[in-house]
Amino acid sequence: MIRIAGVDLTFNKGTALESRALNGIDLTVPSGQFVTVIGSNGAGKSTLLNIIAGELAPDHGQVLVDGLDVTAWPVHRRSAVVARMFQDPRAGICETMSILENIAIACARTSPRKAGRAITPELRSLAVDRLAALGLGLERRLDDRVALLSGGQRQALCLVMATLGPTKVLLLDEHTAALDPGAADLVMRLTDQIVNASAITSIMVTHSMRQALEHGSRTIMLHQGRVVLDISGTERAGVTIEDLMQLFRRREGVDLADDQLLLT
Amino acid sequence: MSLYAFIGALETGLAFGLVALGSYLTFRVLDFPDLTVEGSFPLGAAVAARLMVAGVDAWTAAAAAIVAGAIAGLATAFLNLKLRILHILASILTAIALYSINLRIMDRPNIGLLNVTTVYDYVEKLGVRSFYAPLVLLAVVVVICKLLVDWFLRTGYGLALRAAGANPRMARANGINVGRMIVVGLAIANGLTGLSGALFAMMLGAADVSMGIGVIVVALASVIGGTALMPSRSIAGQTLACVLGSILYRVAIALALSSGALGLTASDVNVVTAVLVAIALFAPGRRLPLPRLFRAAK
Repeated sequence: MIRIAGVDLTFNKGTALESRALNGIDLTVPSGQFVTVIGSNGAGKSTLLNIIAGELAPDHGQVLVDGLDVTAWPVHRRSAVVARMFQDPRAGICETMSILENIAIACARTSPRKAGRAITPELRSLAVDRLAALGLGLERRLDDRVALLSGGQRQALCLVMATLGPTKVLLLDEHTAALDPGAADLVMRLTDQIVNASAITSIMVTHSMRQALEHGSRTIMLHQGRVVLDISGTERAGVTIEDLMQLFRRREGVDLADDQLLLT
Repeated sequence: MSLYAFIGALETGLAFGLVALGSYLTFRVLDFPDLTVEGSFPLGAAVAARLMVAGVDAWTAAAAAIVAGAIAGLATAFLNLKLRILHILASILTAIALYSINLRIMDRPNIGLLNVTTVYDYVEKLGVRSFYAPLVLLAVVVVICKLLVDWFLRTGYGLALRAAGANPRMARANGINVGRMIVVGLAIANGLTGLSGALFAMMLGAADVSMGIGVIVVALASVIGGTALMPSRSIAGQTLACVLGSILYRVAIALALSSGALGLTASDVNVVTAVLVAIALFAPGRRLPLPRLFRAAK
């Protein structure tokens, strides 16, 4: 479970560039729920994820994971309970290392880092198991450098790395936005598959209204650092992409010319 | 080139191979341009010389040089991580401070080691001819250090260190304390450099406060030149390239100086080195024509 209580964050405080990124956000995500987050640029979506991941510290408020106050934990400590995926397919992996070495690094996130050789037969068989489930044939390329993989393959690998150990929270920061449509669909399918199988508490930020409604069981919309829409269950089931767009336009107070972009 | 000059080049290349291994760890693996070696190399020499003159045995003195070098690395890490000073500047500050500290340690600008028992004397006692003793010992030490570095970089901890250098954001997201990796990496790199300084001083027969000048450029020439000439994707291949790069560099310099045709003298070494490094940096990696020649020869 994630609980965000009264979180405020202002960038460039006291300067001409001052901007209020998060404005008293209160959000509780029960264990195992998959929440999608939408909102325009600057609405605070990525800031929210960075607050949960520990890359940013709130000015006020608390972040709790399973009742544990992690607000003051640095990123590397928080990573024991929070896994995340980045938008840039290069951000989540070490390109010069092999697939197996990347998996070894990810494995140590939730289990003690080994003093001995990192690549053991056990790790190899674990990697084969998990990668084979993707159906991309990556399990046959364990010793290939990650630099040889396509964007979609890298994000699929990142997904496996993020969910390798027992993780309480998974943060997905527009993790399909940099991929071509085919690869994006593939990675979303794998995301659903892995998230459903492990019942991990997940928050996905997306620019796509379709993705926001088709995946997960709850959708929230952020606007100017506040939660302005929070729908789930039957209410959410009745909402169409059109409805969401209407609401989006009303909130933004502008008629977005690039609706098509958002509807993809 | 005489056999004497050739063996001398091999010995010096091996001794500086340890600095090259250290600089490989900082520059290549950690992506931390560490110039501390300019100070930690003479520091190792100074500490070992002072101890040996005081009657401490040569092996203990060499071990102390490793510790002293590692502490110098920690000082740079402290300046960078705690005082938030830019990495390269932090290392320059440590190096410049070490110049004074080295003078304090030795109490004078240099200490002669001709009348004390060095590690090479112990090797001679094992039956190695006096002329080859430094070569044999240095080769053994360098091979051991290289294998230790290879092994370390393949452990879980070593992988974390590599990730911290290659992609700090990813490293943090995977529970790696990047700051701690910098501390560990700088300590190891400068420990190796301290050992190198001690072994070099014992070979030379003296420790001198100015012996650190240009060490970083030589180390870079070895790392950049070695990995450009012998490109490899494996860690073991890269560390081997660094050590061989260090030896090749010395042999190349010795050749250049011994061939009268070029008209070079010993005082031209630094400019030749700088030009070599500049060329290697200008044409990085596989675009350098030489590696292609290497591949075509297979």
